[in-house]
Amino acid sequence: MTDVTAAPASPARKTTSLYEVSARTRRRNAAEKRFRFYGLSAVLLGLMALIVLLSSILSQGMPAFRQTYVVMDVELRADKLDKNGNRDPADMAKLTTFAVAPLIKQATQTVATELGSDIEGLTDKMVGAMISKEAPGQLLRFVRANPELIGTTQSFEFLANGRIDGYFKGRVTHESAEMDNNISVQQLDLADAMVAEGMMETRFNWAFLTAPDASDQRPEAAGLGVAILGSLYMMMVVLCLALPIGVASSIYLEEFAPQNWLTDIIEVNISNLAAVPSIVFGILGLAIFINFAHLPQSAPIVGGLVLTLMTLPTIIISTRAALKSVPPSIADAALGLGASKMQTVFHHILPLAMPGILTGAIIGLAQALGETAPLLLIGMVAFVREYPAAPPEGLFDPATALPVQVYNWTQRSDPAFFERASGAIIVLLVFLVLMNTLAIILRRRFERRW
Amino acid sequence: MTFVKLTASALAIAAVSATAAAARDQIQVAGSSTVLPYASIVAEAFGENFDFPTPVVESGGSSAGLKKFCEGIGDNTIDIANSSRKIRENEVKACADAGVTEIMEIRFGYDGIVFASAIDGNAFAFTPVDWYKALSAEIVVDGAVVANPYTMWNEVNPDLPAQKIAAFIPGTKHGTREVFEDKVILAGCEETGDFEAFKAAAGGDKKAAEKSCIAIRTDGVSVDIDGDYTETLARIDSNPEGIGVFGLSFYENNTAKLQVATMSGVVPSTESIASGDYPVSRPLYFYVKKQHIGTIPGLKEYAEFFLMDDVAGPDGPLAEYGLVSDPDLADTQTAIAAEETIATGS
Repeated sequence: MTDVTAAPASPARKTTSLYEVSARTRRRNAAEKRFRFYGLSAVLLGLMALIVLLSSILSQGMPAFRQTYVVMDVELRADKLDKNGNRDPADMAKLTTFAVAPLIKQATQTVATELGSDIEGLTDKMVGAMISKEAPGQLLRFVRANPELIGTTQSFEFLANGRIDGYFKGRVTHESAEMDNNISVQQLDLADAMVAEGMMETRFNWAFLTAPDASDQRPEAAGLGVAILGSLYMMMVVLCLALPIGVASSIYLEEFAPQNWLTDIIEVNISNLAAVPSIVFGILGLAIFINFAHLPQSAPIVGGLVLTLMTLPTIIISTRAALKSVPPSIADAALGLGASKMQTVFHHILPLAMPGILTGAIIGLAQALGETAPLLLIGMVAFVREYPAAPPEGLFDPATALPVQVYNWTQRSDPAFFERASGAIIVLLVFLVLMNTLAIILRRRFERRW
Repeated sequence: MTFVKLTASALAIAAVSATAAAARDQIQVAGSSTVLPYASIVAEAFGENFDFPTPVVESGGSSAGLKKFCEGIGDNTIDIANSSRKIRENEVKACADAGVTEIMEIRFGYDGIVFASAIDGNAFAFTPVDWYKALSAEIVVDGAVVANPYTMWNEVNPDLPAQKIAAFIPGTKHGTREVFEDKVILAGCEETGDFEAFKAAAGGDKKAAEKSCIAIRTDGVSVDIDGDYTETLARIDSNPEGIGVFGLSFYENNTAKLQVATMSGVVPSTESIASGDYPVSRPLYFYVKKQHIGTIPGLKEYAEFFLMDDVAGPDGPLAEYGLVSDPDLADTQTAIAAEETIATGS
């Protein structure tokens, strides 16, 4: 940088020695230093914000990937489960979770009398509440699937109640339990005793990634399964529609279309659409796809179509930039050798522009993956527990999406859902980082410089 | 490229054929965010106990839900609207105009509205008069209507602690706001006799007097929360002097952070609300499209299951979550069994 100062000075100016730094040079050097400092502090500020954000999300969300389980023996009493004693599947189908729940209560009370006899003030109700409300449903499914095991005692692994789980993650303490109506200190003492006995353990929680959402009473059972599938389906629709349409239109606009006022208008509109707030696409989707085309509500196909509309401008703009960056000499050479316009485009220009196009497409997809606002209007911000079927039929089944699940969970009253929401943000971030890394790798590997 | 094009066209064809074939087999519910937790608890249990798929429950507010409900009949309209208020006359008419002529109204319980503050702050014992005096835009002092001068709770009522008034109340789009205005502010206004003063000032116009009563001051003492209770809780976390309006169930899930204030000397609980001692509560409803019973599998079963004693009764999971169960549950059960509809205006 200092060699700039050595540029030939005009003869009219007083000559100065190069060994002595003049006041003017000092000023310029200082300005340069200041500018570098501004730039560096801007970067540092951005990094700080990122670190604060990431560390708060990670510290709040990592516990969601661990879960407390209880292993206990439950006697499948025939007098409760099969009053007629004939193991008839039709009778089994009539069993309800309300009929099964007392069996689990009884099993926990047996445990409590063994372990908690010295805990003062421990009531039967407290003991029963230590197991997740998901447990009766789990037991009911087991009984319906294995009616021949009625009358025996089986070992089950149940989820622990969300507050007990929170105790092992540090969210609930003895102090907070004293004020909390939903958990008592006695329950925490019993939980400690169960851990000492090896009946209760906290370990990695695969169900967080595979299980469907759960209601407000069972934060411990809530997972991201349906949301991940829904997001995946939507991305499939976006990829299959936005990429071919976007690439075809940009090839036409870039290589074939005549330059006139019509194409100018189209160009301005595309740039405009890229900046339209995403909720507008939601309103459009509601009007066109649901009210007019009668596609089902809450379905990934509608979400995918709406996000396709949103992603198209991004893909078109990046594809056109990629096509433009291919040197005209390549096209000239191909045309000179007698290739038709189409051959030139498909044999030479498109392959060379491919890394740029794919990068644009992946960045567009990543943007679509994190979008919530348009999904609000088409009924995807919902409580959905059924997994959608395999595509193509599954595209029409109700589902949610990852960012929607974050939004949903932050609204729930139980504090355990806050942890789940942060966990879901981590999953979303991991997906985004993966996609962006893929974009960078593609660009690095296949990009050609001229 | 050809592969992508092939999949795209295959997808498009599949899309067209599947729409023609697909008939919806799961129940679609939308509406009040207050009812949402209850509806999702029931939907989850319904899916566990029956062979029918778990219903899809959306929130978005009572009015939005009822509007969607009244869009018409058919597969791509919702089957049930959750509401934290009774359906309005004009909504029934809109429904009828769109062909939704048979609506079953089901009241499944009551919801309490509580006033709570940070757990380590002062304890409060309110009356509706305190809230009216603290929050109304204009009050009557010595027979003259003046802009609300109070900034401290002990100015409003000497028995209250000397703490700045900072209230977080639900925004106008919430059904809860209506109940708050009606059962707290208006009640306080009438009790102080200000209502009569406003009425006299408005030339005997009752509607105008009501309006002056429930006009909330806009000088920053009271903050409208347009989000949900989690936002109100976050505001109280950051402002320990704040007092927020919550649903009873939300408070019960966050007793480690919040302390509840009494209203006219009564501590809010499912018992005191059921007995009617605690004044601030409201009924919760859901509305079923009778025309969809038979086309959407499990619709009637869902409604019946929702109102079962095991579910909506005083010992059921809904009561455990904070619902005040309806003493007339049995009547509602027979009404559902008979598929009774409300009279439509058409």
